[in-house]
Amino acid sequence: MVHGPSHSAACGIFPDRGTNPCPLHQQADSQPLRHQGNQQSPLQTIGEEQTQNPYTELLVLKAHHDIVRFLVQLDDYRFASAGDDGIVVVWNAQTGEKLLELNGHTQKITAIITFPSLEAYEEKNQLILTASADRTVIVWDCDTGRQVQKVSCFQSTVKCLALLQRLDVWLSGGNDLCVWNRKLDLLCKTSHLSDTGISALIEIPKNCVVAAVGKELIIFRLVAPTEGSLGWDILQVKRLLDHQDNILSLVNVNDLSFVTGSHVGELIIWDILDWTVQACERNFWDPSPQLDTQQEIKLCQKPNDVSIHHFTWDEENVFVAVGRGLYVYNLQMKRVIACQKTAHDSNVLHVAKLPNRQLISCSEDGSVRIWELREKQQLAAEPVPTGFFNMWGFGRVNKQASHPVKKQQENATSCSLELIGDLIGHSSSVEMFLYFEDHGLVTCSADHLIILWKNGERESGLRSLKLFQKLEENGDLYLAV
Amino acid sequence: MISAPDVVAFTKEDEYEEEPYNEPALPEEYSVPLFPFASQGASPWSKLSGAKFSRDFILISEFSEQVGPQPLLTIPNDTKVFGTFDLNYFSLRIMSVDYQASFVGHPPGSAYPKLNFVEDSKVVLGDSKEGAFAYVHHLTLYDLEARGFVRPFCMAYISADQHKIMQQFQELSAEFSKASECLKTGNRKAFAGELEKKLKDLDYTRTVLHTETEIQKKANDKGFYSSQAIEKANELASVEKSIIEHQDLLRQIRSYPHRKLRGSDLCPGEMAHTQDPPSQAATTSDPEESADRDHYTCRPTYTPKLIKAKSTKCFDKKLKTLEELCDTEYFTQTLAQLSHIEHIFRGDLCYLLTSQIDRALLKQQHITNFLFEDLVEVDDRGEEKQESAPPKPSHDRPPSRSVEECPVPQVLISVGSYKSSVESVLIKMEQELGEEGSREVEVTESSSFDPQENLDYLDMDMKGSISSGESIEVLGTEKSTSVLSKSDSQASLTVPLSPQVVRSKAVSHRTISGDSIEVLSTCPSEALIPDDFKASYPSAINEEESYADDGGGAIHFQAGLSPPELGEAEEGGSGVTPSQTDSCCIGREGGTLRVPLSTPGHTLSDEDGVVSVPPQRYRQKDQEFHMDFSVENANASSRDSGSEGFPAYELDPSHLLISRDGSKTSLDDRSDATSYGSSVISSSSDRTPSSVPPTGPSSERHKKRAGQNALRFIRQYPFAHPAIYSLLSGRTLVILGEEEAAVRKLVTALSIFVPSYSLHAKPVKHWVSSPLHITDFQKWKLIGLQRVASPASAGTLHALSRYSRYTSILDLDRKTLRCPLYRGTLVPRLADHRTHIKRGSTYSLHVQSVLTQLCAKAFLYAFCRHLHLPARGTEAEGLAASRQASFLQLNLGLVNEDVKVVQYLAELLKLHYTREPSAAGQPVLRFDYVPSFLYKI
Repeated sequence: MVHGPSHSAACGIFPDRGTNPCPLHQQADSQPLRHQGNQQSPLQTIGEEQTQNPYTELLVLKAHHDIVRFLVQLDDYRFASAGDDGIVVVWNAQTGEKLLELNGHTQKITAIITFPSLEAYEEKNQLILTASADRTVIVWDCDTGRQVQKVSCFQSTVKCLALLQRLDVWLSGGNDLCVWNRKLDLLCKTSHLSDTGISALIEIPKNCVVAAVGKELIIFRLVAPTEGSLGWDILQVKRLLDHQDNILSLVNVNDLSFVTGSHVGELIIWDILDWTVQACERNFWDPSPQLDTQQEIKLCQKPNDVSIHHFTWDEENVFVAVGRGLYVYNLQMKRVIACQKTAHDSNVLHVAKLPNRQLISCSEDGSVRIWELREKQQLAAEPVPTGFFNMWGFGRVNKQASHPVKKQQENATSCSLELIGDLIGHSSSVEMFLYFEDHGLVTCSADHLIILWKNGERESGLRSLKLFQKLEENGDLYLAV
Repeated sequence: MISAPDVVAFTKEDEYEEEPYNEPALPEEYSVPLFPFASQGASPWSKLSGAKFSRDFILISEFSEQVGPQPLLTIPNDTKVFGTFDLNYFSLRIMSVDYQASFVGHPPGSAYPKLNFVEDSKVVLGDSKEGAFAYVHHLTLYDLEARGFVRPFCMAYISADQHKIMQQFQELSAEFSKASECLKTGNRKAFAGELEKKLKDLDYTRTVLHTETEIQKKANDKGFYSSQAIEKANELASVEKSIIEHQDLLRQIRSYPHRKLRGSDLCPGEMAHTQDPPSQAATTSDPEESADRDHYTCRPTYTPKLIKAKSTKCFDKKLKTLEELCDTEYFTQTLAQLSHIEHIFRGDLCYLLTSQIDRALLKQQHITNFLFEDLVEVDDRGEEKQESAPPKPSHDRPPSRSVEECPVPQVLISVGSYKSSVESVLIKMEQELGEEGSREVEVTESSSFDPQENLDYLDMDMKGSISSGESIEVLGTEKSTSVLSKSDSQASLTVPLSPQVVRSKAVSHRTISGDSIEVLSTCPSEALIPDDFKASYPSAINEEESYADDGGGAIHFQAGLSPPELGEAEEGGSGVTPSQTDSCCIGREGGTLRVPLSTPGHTLSDEDGVVSVPPQRYRQKDQEFHMDFSVENANASSRDSGSEGFPAYELDPSHLLISRDGSKTSLDDRSDATSYGSSVISSSSDRTPSSVPPTGPSSERHKKRAGQNALRFIRQYPFAHPAIYSLLSGRTLVILGEEEAAVRKLVTALSIFVPSYSLHAKPVKHWVSSPLHITDFQKWKLIGLQRVASPASAGTLHALSRYSRYTSILDLDRKTLRCPLYRGTLVPRLADHRTHIKRGSTYSLHVQSVLTQLCAKAFLYAFCRHLHLPARGTEAEGLAASRQASFLQLNLGLVNEDVKVVQYLAELLKLHYTREPSAAGQPVLRFDYVPSFLYKI
């Protein structure tokens, strides 16, 4: 492992920012934005006129006093935010009102999941689970703000949480994997897996879970108590060693496959049932597959330009955030159908697909961009301008970059990602965002802020509605006959 | 008329006013005749009559049982204000209208002295000889040592303007009642304390006497009493009687609040301020009452004294001062209330009426008025008004004028009346606005208020007292307003007065004031040229300079005064010089004709010759004088020629403010911050530290200055329109500059265009030096930003460019503006760089009227239901939007970007209306994705 970045214990689902300095404990104001790219970086920009950008209203929500890393949707109108200050805040996404502040963790929060209540239980309140670097996991009631239960018997920081709703158990992944029931009884646990710990955890069929531990994927099977055996058990079934570098992201794409992405830009699509590699994209976005070139790139201090931080998917495509770029990988065609090599000035941290063929990405450069996936008219698309591959800034790499160009032209990317708008508001890295169909977009950032972006026209209409409701309540409304 | 910009080129604006205006190059026939009152004061309004005081003041007098009527104190307590006005004489006059008909002391039927809780009486007096008119509020305070335990006092609001007193009678009465109640409450408290002390004394005396008697009894057991013993017994008996009497008095005084409360069932209006000291709405009457109890009951620290049998002679004892008569706390509160009264009634009657109407109209627009109006003041006064003027059943009395005159329109709620009231606010500005404006000036029928009516009253009241030949007239009391109509009937004796004659009456007053020949100065000094004429001079902006002149004048008279006093010095000083008025006074009192040779400065202005006319029956000032010198013809002509030159709207309302805005001459005219500070000082200087918030002048002045600077900005920068558009449409305008004062000044100036989110302060940040953040744009709509030359500013500039889509940036140093395009018609009307408006206050009124109109449009837009909600259950989505667009365009006549202004204001209205009172959330930041352009000079 040549340039494997040291895993900090800080990260959960998006475990590693690599060598990017997280602006920890720094005042957002005094922190100028980091622009990793070169000055001649061919970043696609959009002018001030953004007719398709619906977000013409924003509301800044202030409650945190450190980096806000996680946003989780609770229901139609509520979401919770959590971050390095250890507090969890529940917000109203419509009004931006702060509903609750949950204090209990003494250190930063490393993972958060919602814990939907089951029909069988009397408690109908929305619960969330939070794991923190203080080696505790707390169950919160998001309706009352009550701390329902707290587990503090962990040997290591829990970096990821997963819920197996079918079995009504939840798993916590740190240096080992533990299985818990709803009442927070420890059902069983694995032995010590690694010091770096589990960075991601997903559920796959047949009572199995996949855990990303360093470079490898480990498949565990959960054994529920039956007539024969009394207790729960967790068995290691298989170790997959196809990745060459640390696995940064792991998602369940559909019923057939799950996808992993690594630090060196390997994208592997696995069969969900027999855990075999269905497809692998290794060097497509990496112009320098050779080890020595990678070293050279490392010298140039851009080792993360191909790291895959986040995926999102729909029925046909997986949308991959690779370094500063965005790629659309078609599952059927097993190839990239559209890409935007320099989508942002800096690493893309989170992407999400909107229902209307729109894609939203946020990045360390503090911006959020809205893209639209457009079909191209002819298969023989216009040649990608060479400037696109100028991302390294020097000729040799550029020369090498011509290889994928050819490949790309062969494959003839059939779609394009068009920038239709950007949202500028945060002064530091945008860590994550959450999309509400009815209320707009919520972004959270290292500048301690959460911003609620709204569709101004719709909000105006809603306000009118509210106005006339209030008029009616007050009896001040006179309708013309 | 020569239009201003034509001549501007030849005169340098800044230096123009500094050198005295001595350009006699103009031929005589072209020169504008000087305003005849030039030497009297800067404006024709400053002296309505020959009053010897410079502005209204409050006088507290007492009818002392020892020395008779005597003035106690004036508010403001400054000899400059009342000048040579004979307070003693006037005290005599006002106290001679003694209303104390009620018996105090031993009533025939009862054994004990009885306290009468007399109602205050309220009288309007006029003393045309002194040129003084007064609202007089009589009240009695209790004093144990006084004759009959009572001491009559009165508080008088003295003004040279009779009509002011008459028109503001209700308000004056209400305000003075508050002061009086406060004073009386304090007095009762003190009186009760006094009684208790006395009772203790008596008790002690009784004990002493008793023991002495006992000793004597024991000493001689002969069975008969010595004369000494009898005397002691008598003494004891009288002490006993005295104790009973005093106990009874104490009971009476304690029972006061209850009696008052019981009585208040009949007149609920009185109840509101029986116990509350003024301007202390927060303190309820309950704790106070209990506090009263505390005071009434025990005073353990007091050591009783022996009371001598023979009381000292009446004239030997020193009567208590007013302060001693009253509990200190209440006394200071009363003083605060009185200076508050002085404050709110400052200035010309027209001004007062206009501002009252203004406030009333503003209150009507309770949905939109938060946007641009400075409501802190409005609310403050509005509450007072509600408190002070309880609706009194008018059918109790014959329809009196004072009730009709109350210029507060009824509050109407319907949308129709809302609109009409908005439109009637439009002051005569149509010449400015062009045809479009004049079309809209129509007073709708539903408008409850007709300005013309008020003007009529002004005229009618003039007649009221003119014919009465006495030097002092009781013009009206609260109880008998019929006096007025009586004098109305006498008006038939006089020639009907045209407004012109009424105006010139002031002249005749002054000319008879003691000099047979008065020659007004023709001194061409710039300071003495009335502002009216200045307005026709070809200077673009002359207001600040004229301030400076005034200030200079004031300093000239009163060198070494502290800034707060300067304002008053200006008023007193620039008018009649002390020596001159002295001689007037003497001449008047002595009844002889004295020519004040010592006052060469004060001479009659008419070189054409004094037009002597037979005595007119205006107001006969003094029987001794049989000759009235009037210059009315000459004056009239000069006035006409003076006012013809420029349209009426150029007459600056600041004339009306001159006496009101007493603090306007501060030494520092440039910096708003400092001048504001000084005005606060000045407004608090003439009153005791009190809870009355400083209102009025400071904000008036603030507005004026802001208006002036805004005007300057509009003239100076060709890109003023897009900048103002940015502000109106809610796009934050950042003013970037190195020099803090300049930035602050411009921010203050432009803040008049910034719509507020709520009733609280405007979203304006005057000066920031740290890099801006997204929250700043959400919070502030106008920001003054420091440009630092050092590399440290890189962050600032970087943030600015990063957030450029939310801001318009006005670079004060490079004189550039980066902001979206503006092509509407609204802002050109609001901020026309070729406007003929020259004064800040005029301009701020203009802005107010245009913005009010704008608010009305936003209101209509926001509150028309069919525009925003689907007419039927299911409707195509675009339909509402197209309805909105057509409404904005066709019904409201908005073009291009003006639409966005109204939309933004409508959003603010919606937010404000629907906001929960509890939720003090921040407003949303709305923005558009529109390209910006760079403007340069």
